[in-house]
Parts: sequence; C-alpha cells; structure tokens
Amino acid sequence: MTTTVATAATRRERPAATDRAVAENRLGLKLVAPAVIVMLVVTAWPMIQALYLSLYRYRLTTPDDRAFVGLRNYGTILTDSLFWRDTFNTVVIMLVSVAVELVVGFVFAMVMHRVIFARGIIRTSILIPYGIITVVSAFAWQFAFSLNNGFVNSWFAWLPGIQTGADATNWFGHHWPAMFAIIVSEIWKTTPFMSLLLLAGLSQVSEDMIEAAQVDGATWWQRLWKVILPNMRAAIMVAVLFRALDAFRIFDNIYVMTRGAQNTESSSFLTYRQVIEQFQLGLGSALSVLLFLTVLLLAFGIVKLFRVDLARARGEG
Amino acid sequence: MARTTRKTLFGTGVGFVVIMVWCLLPVAWILSLSFKSQDETNSGSPQFLPKHWTIQNYRDILNNSDFLYALRNSFGIAIIATVLSVIFATLAAYAIARLDFRGKRLVLSLALAIAMFPVVSLISPLFDMWRTFHLFNTWPGLIIPYMTFTLPLAIWTLSAFFREIPWEMEQAAQVDGATPWQAFRKVIVPLAAPGVFTAAILTFFFAWNEFALAISLTSTTSARTVPAQMSFFVGGDPFNPPYGQLATASVIVTIPIVIIVLLFQRKIVAGLTSGAVKG
Repeated sequence: MTTTVATAATRRERPAATDRAVAENRLGLKLVAPAVIVMLVVTAWPMIQALYLSLYRYRLTTPDDRAFVGLRNYGTILTDSLFWRDTFNTVVIMLVSVAVELVVGFVFAMVMHRVIFARGIIRTSILIPYGIITVVSAFAWQFAFSLNNGFVNSWFAWLPGIQTGADATNWFGHHWPAMFAIIVSEIWKTTPFMSLLLLAGLSQVSEDMIEAAQVDGATWWQRLWKVILPNMRAAIMVAVLFRALDAFRIFDNIYVMTRGAQNTESSSFLTYRQVIEQFQLGLGSALSVLLFLTVLLLAFGIVKLFRVDLARARGEG
Repeated sequence: MARTTRKTLFGTGVGFVVIMVWCLLPVAWILSLSFKSQDETNSGSPQFLPKHWTIQNYRDILNNSDFLYALRNSFGIAIIATVLSVIFATLAAYAIARLDFRGKRLVLSLALAIAMFPVVSLISPLFDMWRTFHLFNTWPGLIIPYMTFTLPLAIWTLSAFFREIPWEMEQAAQVDGATPWQAFRKVIVPLAAPGVFTAAILTFFFAWNEFALAISLTSTTSARTVPAQMSFFVGGDPFNPPYGQLATASVIVTIPIVIIVLLFQRKIVAGLTSGAVKG
C-alpha cells in the first residue's frame, strides 16, 4: 500500500519527461552500467556457457570425443546414487548448521543487545570468526579433532563415546563423526555473522512495545514469541536466507578437513571434483546448472516461506 | 524492570564469557599450535599448550618461498579486486540512492541474485573460458570473478549509506558559491567516505577468504593465493600434516584480518547490518 502511494506522489511532483528527468535517467543508467555489465559478463554469460556445455559429452582428456548428447548428462547425474548422497549430505549440513546458528546467534544477539560494558571488545571478538578465512578455521578444527594432536578427545573424555589415549575416538574415521566435525567448524565460523544480523533486527524492535507487553503481564517467553520475534521477521529471514544459501555451497571446510572421505562430500565438492580432477566438463557443467537451479529454488522457497518482500524490507519501495 | 535486573545482569555476564570463549578459543588453539615443535606434534600432543615453546615454525614459514609468493598474490589480488569493486559499486550506489531512473529495482534484484549465486557453479564454465582467453592461472583470472562477487554486497552497503547522506547540503554549498565539483568533493565525499571504506573492508575480506575459485583457476605459485596454497601444503605424509607450519601460516594470514577488525569494528558491523537488514 505505502509503496503505491509513494510512487503516485513522486509521479505527481514530476510531470512526464522534463529535460531534467531525461538527463537524470540517462546519467543513472550510465553510472550503473559498469557494475551491471561486469555482473552480467561474469555470471550470466558463464552460466549460459555452462548450460551449453552441459549438453555435450566433453572430457578434456579426450577432446576429440566431444559430442552433442542432449539431456543425457542430466539423466546420468539424476540416476546416480552419488549425486543424491552428496545432495543429502549438503542438505543435512545446511539444516543443522542454520538451525543451530539461528538459536545460538539469537542468544548471542540478546547478550550483545544487553551488554553495557565492553561493547567494543565483544564486537571485535565476534568479528574475528567472521573475518578469519574458512580454510584456517577448517584447519583449526581439524587439528582440534585430530586423533593424536587434538584437544577435543582429552577435554571431552568425560562424555560417553569419547575416548582418549590408545583407542582415542577417531573423528575422521567414520561418516557421522566427520560430518559432526565439519558442521562444528561451519557453525563456529558463521554464527557471529548470524548474530550481527539478528542484533540489527533486535535493535529495531521498539522497547516501548516490549515494556507495554510486560505491563500487560506477558511472561518473558510470551514477550519473545508474541512481540520480539514477529517484529524481527525481516531480519530473521535475511539471516536465514543468506546463511542457508551459503551453507548449501559448503566447500572449503570439507576440502580441508576430509577431502570428501568417509562419504562427507557436498554438492559443490562433487562439481569441483568432476571438473577440476576428472576434467569432465560436460557432466560438471550439468552439475553446475543443477546446483544453480537448486539454490534458486531454495531462495525462492525461503522468501515465500517468510512472505517478506526483500526490496521493501530494505525500504527500497 | 528492577526486579529482573540482577538476573538479567548475571545472564548477560555468563553470555559475555560464553561469546568470548566461542570466538577466541580456536584462535588461541591455532596460535598455541604454531609454537609447538615438529617433534612434539609428530609424537602426538593432545594438550592445549605446547610443552616447549618454539618459534621455529615462524622461521620455516617465512623462508618458504611458495608461501611468500602466495601471500604476495593474495595481497595483490585482494587489493586490486577491492579497488575495482568499490569504484564500480560507488558509481552504481550513488545512482541508486540519488537519481531516479528506470531499472533501479532491476539492478538491485540482479545484485541480490548474484549475492546468492553458488560460486562453484562457475567453476566449470570459467575453467573452460579462462583457458580460451589465457586468463587461467593469472591474477586477472581471479580478480575479475572476485570483483563481480563482491559487487552486490558493496552496492547494497553503499546504497544504504548513501541514502542517509543529506544531499541538500551539496546544493547549499553551491548556493554559497562552490562549483558543483567543489560541492561534491568538499561536502559529499567526506560524508560518503566511511561507507566506501566499509564496503572496501568487506570486499577485501571476501577476496582474502575465497577458496573454491582460487584452487580451480590457478595451477602454480604465480597466481595461487594463500588459502589455496595452504590446502596443497600437506607435507610428505598425508596422514600426518605439518601441523605447526600450517598453524603458523594460519596465524600469519589471520593477522591482517585481526588488525582490520581491531581498527574498524564499528564500521564493519554497521556495513554488514546496513547492507543486509535496514533501509
């Protein structure tokens, strides 16, 4: 509603196509052109190229064998259990890490919102996992979980199932423990980002409203679910959207921590392996296209789920 | 309020400690590992701190020419990509915040779509195209995609900043006798600078961190960046990685990040959140 009113108002102020409006329009287009061209040339064009390559049987080691095969690459992929296994891994990593990050990130945001002392220190600390390169965080956690050199086994030996010494728990020797280690590294690194986005959302919820609810006798739990969270919907959606898509393309941690061993490969890793290690440009391109479509679908689903117009949430109107 | 204050304060205190441990423990761990000797890590050293502190790893890594090349590549590629991305983004964000033109929403939607783009999807086509254009294993081969992938964040952050600039001041300066250029340079540039700076930091972080393209589009130390170089630095025995040296390399690539964070934490937080949450 507000949008239509605002547009109508601006239209009324500026009668059709004055010289100034034409000049402004032209200047605007000129200024955005470089950025738009770069973005299109480096993403849209390669994507079209991938779409084209995905229709060919094309392996770099046997370039003469290149032939048009239609949708056969897609058929090969979609009937391969490896593809579904890797997709399943990716979805598990995404769901678990986003769910944990949402809860932990919200708690962190609440703490940061309330902290009145040492604000600078806490913000600086929380930016360090965000800024650290993923490869470094992956190494840190790989070493922490390591059989011989990691502190995790010795610190957590009191937990059932974790052993130290000669028969220490080998985290990277089995599927689920390895997945656990990967997910821990992912959660550690990206929770701070989530908490900062949620903190920004939290600071936009009016204190008056929360106090009014309190005066009306709402419990802490009720205030959280009925006042705070509904008013943060846009911020929560942005955080979930960005993190879910980010987690879906997980690659660095897996590459460093397991190289896909113990069946920990993700969709991105599979794509990388097909192209760079096996030189299967045709199959790899088909995987690229599928990955792209999945992400698109995922983004669409999340936006629909939260029913928030992104542009409007940002006041873009 | 008063009734809950003490409880809230306690909870906040505990939360504060938890956050600090969460954020800094792995950093302390990697720092501690970097001071462990090769002998210690080879014989297994599950304790957190080194038994004998040594700076041998730092000597080794600073004499490792592959690592130094990678460090140089990382700095060069990240800085050039940052400068280019920020220039393009500033032009676009200025237009979006200030001017009225058709297709404004389209540009923002395009940027948003690219921010969500799975980078790995580009590996296959770029690998093929970069070989054709001789961009494979070169600096521009990484700079171009890095610039592209950071443009969306830079455009969103900057347009959020620019929208808050009181543009009337520019006209006021012109009324006071300044030329349009002077008005822009003396009034708008100082107001816009913090936003531009923030966008630059976030772009730099991305380029410094990027891994998938870095290992796929390079093949030698002439363009390989630090993250890629580190992943290939496995030593002789794949089951016994050179813990100490990898940890030391990790510490060294983290130093620039820590310095930037220490100096500019307020700006980074503002940039991250304004770009993503508020208008």
